[in-house]
Amino acid sequence: MISIAIRRFARKAKHDSIKGASGLSTAVSTGSRDEFAKAAPPMPVTLLTDDERMIQDSVRKWANHDLKPLVREMEKNELISPSIIQELYTQGYMSLEIPEKYGGVGMNFTSACITIQEISRIDPSIALMVDVHNTLVVNAIRFWASEFLQDKYLPKLATDSVSAFCLSETNAGSDAFSMSTTAKLSSDGSHYVINGTKSWITSAREAALLLVFCNADPSKGYKGITAFLVDTNSPGVQIGKPESKLGLKASSTCQIFFDDVKVDADHVLGEVGQGYKYCIEILNEGRIGIAAQQIGIAKGCLDVVMPYLNEREQFGQKLLNMPALQQQYAQAATELHAAEVMMLNSCRLKENGLPFVKEAAMTKLFASQVAEKISSQSIEWLGGIGYTTDMIVEKFYRDCKVGSIYEGSSNIQRQTIAKIMNSELEQ
Amino acid sequence: MKILVGVKRVVDYAVKVRVGSHGVELKNVKMSLNPFCEIAVEEAVRLKENKGAGVSEIVALSIGPKQCQETLRTALAMGCDRGIHVQTDLRGDYMELQSDAVAKLFQKIIEEKEKDADLVLVGKQSIDSDCGHVGPMLAGYMSWPQATFAAKIDVEGNGLLVERETDQGTETIRIPKLPAVISCDLRLNEPRYATLPNIMKAKKKKIDTFQAEDFGIDLEPKNKVLEVFEPPARKEGIFVDDVNQLIDKLRNEAGVIP
Repeated sequence: MISIAIRRFARKAKHDSIKGASGLSTAVSTGSRDEFAKAAPPMPVTLLTDDERMIQDSVRKWANHDLKPLVREMEKNELISPSIIQELYTQGYMSLEIPEKYGGVGMNFTSACITIQEISRIDPSIALMVDVHNTLVVNAIRFWASEFLQDKYLPKLATDSVSAFCLSETNAGSDAFSMSTTAKLSSDGSHYVINGTKSWITSAREAALLLVFCNADPSKGYKGITAFLVDTNSPGVQIGKPESKLGLKASSTCQIFFDDVKVDADHVLGEVGQGYKYCIEILNEGRIGIAAQQIGIAKGCLDVVMPYLNEREQFGQKLLNMPALQQQYAQAATELHAAEVMMLNSCRLKENGLPFVKEAAMTKLFASQVAEKISSQSIEWLGGIGYTTDMIVEKFYRDCKVGSIYEGSSNIQRQTIAKIMNSELEQ
Repeated sequence: MKILVGVKRVVDYAVKVRVGSHGVELKNVKMSLNPFCEIAVEEAVRLKENKGAGVSEIVALSIGPKQCQETLRTALAMGCDRGIHVQTDLRGDYMELQSDAVAKLFQKIIEEKEKDADLVLVGKQSIDSDCGHVGPMLAGYMSWPQATFAAKIDVEGNGLLVERETDQGTETIRIPKLPAVISCDLRLNEPRYATLPNIMKAKKKKIDTFQAEDFGIDLEPKNKVLEVFEPPARKEGIFVDDVNQLIDKLRNEAGVIP
């Protein structure tokens, strides 16, 4: 497609050269009016490639056919069924961006976000496992791990090993850098010994591999933070019992206790003391995946609500045709569309190597707000039955609340956006 | 055994179509792989996975506009090895391109491009034209044995054993020797979804494109469509007070019992 060719030209653009304008259309035209008139306009971000549309169709089919029947049961048991986890691997959802040579699907980031969105429309708990695994752990390994670690772990992560991202602690949430989990280098330099407790870890119960952020040199403050790849079955690792949560109940959220856990020195991800950078950078993109989850939740609500409004009649007319409701659902759809466009645009910015941190933060911030609003309104539009567990919407309402909390709270997102706006001003 | 599978791009089964002045409105309507063709593809892939059948290659064939390449890609992602796209912008829902031309195009493809095809699998009908013609017509033109509405296909020696579903029940047909044409019915199998790894693998599979006009076939419709209209809107039913009233209405108003 033409747009992809245009985007490829812009791929290596530096921040300075694209201040202000989107920059994409200037890559082709030299400015003459005739040329401008003749040049095909860049494609909209909502127009997916053929591959991406096929993937979207395929995930949607699987989610509706194979996942949907199990959603309430998994929520009740507070457990993602092992058969579903196996399916996630067979379908390729756990190896979205892992290169084919490691047994992965080798797709792009947008496809990962599309997959997360389509799964979220049916069950955001499952989508969360897929999101953390792909956008946080797998990608961190792809970006910064040594070839040895990539060879060791990527094939497993592509076939059957679930992973968890271990950053937060009870006293280190938004202030992640104040973490107190330490990693002490042995006197012979052959291994580290990890001690501490991580909290709020998604998929902790199912994970075979943990990406753990520890401070290897507290005297250096955050510049001592180092990332480690730790096998869950290492002696000294203990998984706490799952938290009892408002929503996303099937997804396990646990503390992980590290008691003199030995990790070989070659299991440091990237470089010692660079962990703070890695976690910021990976979360910058991971939050686009969370935005995709929130958008999926909002869509899941409307999937239920719109047909209902088209069927339900009161006062001799369909709810769908009542002006008061039209005002509401049109506004909701508008905001959802905006969130989706932001999400797809953030994906394309990242894929083209263009700066996206501000946009990604804006997207996650906005998407979580939209999901909260739409899920709440959806219950109202459904009326009494919306309040019962007969309808899935009350689950979406509970599931999405954490969207404004995890992977960077809304306040942190706004702070990130403000900081970037400030730096733009100073130039 | 080499299998040729017909895959047609049709209006998605879930779409509520609208009828305009020139037939069904196709603009901006979601299109998909015809469900019965999907069953045919699934059966071909299952035959290939069953080592005993000795299937060497599955070729998917689609006739239609350039978007048929997407339909072919779905078939490739399900497990077909290669695709053939016969390009034409004529409407395939009976309005312009009709069964006879399609069957003849299939014949040309077999005779000119895929001479060693042993088995042609097609869906029993497409959900837009609902003709069910191409399978039997092709078998007639090729002088090949045919089994339609297949609900089960087993390899037997050099031939096939096919269970055929009819309104009166199931019959078993023995095709002693290939090549043959089989059309596939609903209960034959439940098609798989293309997994993401297979969708990506399908990108590397070859699709050859030919122009429909280049085969020297008369593509003009043999039947003229006079009118396309929606069925009359369902009228509201009535409540009856008792059985006698029901019988009276059935006999005297609806005229369905003597």
